[in-house]
Amino acid sequence: MVLELKDKPGQLLRAIEPISRLGGNIIGVVHKRDRVSPLERISVEISVKIDEGRVEELIEALKRNGVVVKAYNEVRLVASTSLLLVGHIIHTDLSDTVNTIDATGFAEVVEMHISMPEVNEPSTAMVTVSATGKDELKKAVSLLKETCRKKDIMVIEPLNEDLA
Amino acid sequence: MKDVKGLKRVAIAGFGVVGRGLAKALVTKKDVLIKRAGDYRIAAICDSKGGIYSEEGVDVFEAIRIKEKEGRLPEELTVEDIIDRIDILFECTPTNVETGEPGLSHIKLALENGVDVITSNKGPLVVGYKELMKTAKKTGAKLMYEATVGGAMPIIKLVKNELAGNEVLSIKGILNGTCNYILSRMEQEKMPYSQILSEAQELGIAEADPTYDVEGIDAAAKLVILANSLMNSNATFSDVERTGISSITPEAFEIAAMKGYTIRLIAEATRDELRVSPRLVPFNSPLCVYGTLNAALIQTDLAGEVVVMGRGAGSSETASAMLSDFVELSRCGSK
Repeated sequence: MVLELKDKPGQLLRAIEPISRLGGNIIGVVHKRDRVSPLERISVEISVKIDEGRVEELIEALKRNGVVVKAYNEVRLVASTSLLLVGHIIHTDLSDTVNTIDATGFAEVVEMHISMPEVNEPSTAMVTVSATGKDELKKAVSLLKETCRKKDIMVIEPLNEDLA
Repeated sequence: MKDVKGLKRVAIAGFGVVGRGLAKALVTKKDVLIKRAGDYRIAAICDSKGGIYSEEGVDVFEAIRIKEKEGRLPEELTVEDIIDRIDILFECTPTNVETGEPGLSHIKLALENGVDVITSNKGPLVVGYKELMKTAKKTGAKLMYEATVGGAMPIIKLVKNELAGNEVLSIKGILNGTCNYILSRMEQEKMPYSQILSEAQELGIAEADPTYDVEGIDAAAKLVILANSLMNSNATFSDVERTGISSITPEAFEIAAMKGYTIRLIAEATRDELRVSPRLVPFNSPLCVYGTLNAALIQTDLAGEVVVMGRGAGSSETASAMLSDFVELSRCGSK
């Protein structure tokens, strides 16, 4: 999230205190002293890992502390990997295949590139799956493999185990 | 078992491309080998139909001439007939991953009789690794098998000797040169599998019936040997999850390349699983090798990652691996 703080001592503490109180973990703080707002406030970018349900609460707490919350966005999916599928991908209900992942709630198909050289010939697709964590990603990949096995689609996995 | 002069009497079982390549190397490299392995003589050669025996040493080039002309060796002779007259058996018969035969019987017989064995045949090890090792332990005979995996690429003795003290956590490798040739040509030429396969067949890189290679059977057999001998597993062929390369499309390479990957048939052994399947391999990975090369990435607890690469097949390459076993045998004290 991007916050604006007054250029006075002790301001950063006002931003950090609610994060700590709500069980958040600060991953990074970037003080952008060159970006001063017309009201002479300084822009600070803070990355926080916090329980999804407490995000709203945190924003309110920051505002109460006099911190201007300029923007925030949730990055939920932190692990991703690409897999290659070869077979009759379209004719075996592609949306159902994708849905196997999307329906989990912890993983999504975020990118897909398909090549269909000829009608009735096998297609090839590069699918990128993102998940909320490494374990979740592994689960999602095995779900996808299971679905593809049933549909006789070959799954070519990446070599590296660290699905980063 | 050695005769009075301390001379080692060796026999070769199987006189196809591998057996003949080995026989030639044993003759042409004799000066060098004697210094490293002690004096030896080829006392017998057996093939599937016959054999040749001479207490004074077989004339190898004459045997090769007869074999190539007649398709067999002249005498009625089996490994059983000569087993009590030799010290080392080179087992070079063709691989059968289901029964292990005829190599399995040859090796059993040799080990039971206290004869050391150097094999290039995967079948017996895939079918009966534990049993053969038990027999060897009982009689004190040694079973060496560097040539069964990766051809000239050193891997078994490398891990057992040079990396001794390490625990092998995983092995990922390209263990079949035919598949690697086909996949690297598909990547470079953007041509379909069937076309590259016929090219490989014409070049003699792929067999007329390519099933054994392209369905990952050969790589799976090698993986079982690596897992059992280097990772202390007790695996059999059916434990390997196996997918071949025949349904890979040329488009697959184009799409994979957009993300920085190519495709190779990778044999992977970890604590939990054994699998042979096409995988996305980053272009900058040490396993992104071209042509018929073999490569392996061994992950260990102390040494970290170790990579080896080399020629995986061919008669002189296989002979190279068998000769290294031969020298090692005398180094570690052949009986």
